[in-house]
Amino acid sequence: MYKETVEPESGAVRTMRTTKLSIFVIFCASFLVGIASGLGGYTFYYAQGTSYLTDDPTACANCHIMQAFFDGWQKSTHHAVAVCNDCHAPSGVISSFFNKAVNGYHHSKAFTTGDFHEPIRITEDNRHITERQCRRCHQEISGMLNGWRNDLESVSCTRCHRSVGHLY
Amino acid sequence: MTENQKSNRPNRTNPVFVAIIALLAAGMAVAAAFMLVNIKERKHEQGNPFFKVVEIHDDTQDPAVWGKNFPLQYDGYLRTTDMQRTRYGGSEAMPRTPSQVDPRSTVAQSKLEEDSRLKTMWAGYAFSVDFREERGHAYMLEDQTLTERQRVVTQPGTCIHCHASTYLAYKQLGDGDITLGFEKLNQMPYSEARKHVTHPVACIDCHDPLSMSLRVTRPAFIEGMRAWKASQGIVDYDVNQDASRQEMRTYVCGQCHVEYYFQGSQKRLVYPWADGIKVEDIMEYYDRQKFKDWTHKNSSAQTLKAQHPEFEMWNQGIHARSGVACADCHMPYRRVGAQKISEHHVKSPLLSINRSCQTCHHFSEQEIKARVESIQTRTYNLRNLAMDALVSLITDIQTIQAVNPNHPGLPTARYLQRRAQFYLDFVEAENSTGFHAPSEAVRILAESIDYARQGQIVLRDASYTPNVSIVAIEQ
Repeated sequence: MYKETVEPESGAVRTMRTTKLSIFVIFCASFLVGIASGLGGYTFYYAQGTSYLTDDPTACANCHIMQAFFDGWQKSTHHAVAVCNDCHAPSGVISSFFNKAVNGYHHSKAFTTGDFHEPIRITEDNRHITERQCRRCHQEISGMLNGWRNDLESVSCTRCHRSVGHLY
Repeated sequence: MTENQKSNRPNRTNPVFVAIIALLAAGMAVAAAFMLVNIKERKHEQGNPFFKVVEIHDDTQDPAVWGKNFPLQYDGYLRTTDMQRTRYGGSEAMPRTPSQVDPRSTVAQSKLEEDSRLKTMWAGYAFSVDFREERGHAYMLEDQTLTERQRVVTQPGTCIHCHASTYLAYKQLGDGDITLGFEKLNQMPYSEARKHVTHPVACIDCHDPLSMSLRVTRPAFIEGMRAWKASQGIVDYDVNQDASRQEMRTYVCGQCHVEYYFQGSQKRLVYPWADGIKVEDIMEYYDRQKFKDWTHKNSSAQTLKAQHPEFEMWNQGIHARSGVACADCHMPYRRVGAQKISEHHVKSPLLSINRSCQTCHHFSEQEIKARVESIQTRTYNLRNLAMDALVSLITDIQTIQAVNPNHPGLPTARYLQRRAQFYLDFVEAENSTGFHAPSEAVRILAESIDYARQGQIVLRDASYTPNVSIVAIEQ
């Protein structure tokens, strides 16, 4: 604007002004980025974010909604041989972490907003993961039952053996 | 492009770009702060706080005082004022013009008006005057005090046993001995006994005030359980000492949701379980006692009124066999934050299918409801057939006694009416329309229909021998 009303300034002065302005803006932005990453980092730490990278079953009960299932698992027959991830996460590093990320997003959203069905229910996709994990360990038997079929619907392990992981 | 323009370009775009970053960062900071606070709140819920605000002791009767320490439970308890129907049960608030004798502005729907056959079934008995769908626990005392039945007959104080918080009244009247207090209150006229009680069933009737653990406070249930267990060879059964916690979650309800009668001139409340708790055991017990509730007005049969045998019926069902207690379905666990509390808004499980049923049954709410209603519809249809059969027998007796009062088939037909009626009422008065024990309920109704059928046969052929022995009950 001032270009029209004021005597044009030399290029050097203008560059100096805009440099001052941009330094200020960059300073503010960096400040905010710092706050965001600081708060985010602390929230991640406070929410025990790194625990979700492990197989530790207590991590799943970080949120109290899972407490009853955790308690149930401790008394279940599979307690000695399988933790949550053995049945509820697919095998394979990438697919396992991808699944954790997807479920993590859904769980946090549900638990934060409080908008979910009680008693909580497993989703179809997650039930299929569990069905596959049953078959992974119990291949010898499930192979005989399933035969050539590879579908998870016609023979469902958890329909009859629902209580092996956790009763509730 | 001049030197100036070259150096200006990044300077013009930079602040905007940086401002966008800044805005995004600010948004993220807000989101992170929100999450942090939310996580903190959720973690805080886990603390399971209990604040003792008042001292509660064995003489604290007022539930509002208990409610200060247990506000969540008390809140549910207060909500038993709700009136909500299910397909076959539950009450509906019917408007009513208050009068001097009965100031209620709402009552539940009249069952007598819904089905006039009930009037024939109970002819000559106070129930044929006023019989309504039961309302929630909150109304038990008011509805009993104000029912028209009170005006047509003089009721004994015994009735209070299950319509008020009686623990303290029994304790005070019996100087610490609830059985003694129970005996005293039983013998008073209702209006006199009514003065000794204030609240409908309250906290103290089911909970020990110090430990909050469940306890039975109704002498009739304590005695009834002792008699029933004795019939199974268990001596000196004490429900408060010998029952498990899960059993107590049924027994506290069984204190009242049972079949009963008033014994002798002392009007002692007795649960007729000395031979067992199935309908035929109770029938046999009443026959042996030669007990009748009243003489039927139309047929002169010595008849019995069954009353809400929920405990007995539930005992014959699959849920009882699987160890599922009354409270599991009627007071299901409710999550409040991280706390798990028993729902004290006692009601039909059909009004909370997710918490009552889905904890065990992994089907959709719609399917569960459909399954329950198909059981209830089957029972209800059969109950209607049994009602027709009974009314038909009563009409036949009435017709024949008018022509020939000494007809040789009459005593047998009257006894069979007593039997058909008690069996039918055992299902009719039971508040689950068969759900508590589906096959037991239809078995009882089928036998009821058969007794009515045999009663009609014997009026046509006095030499007919029924498949049950005939017991003479004095007038």
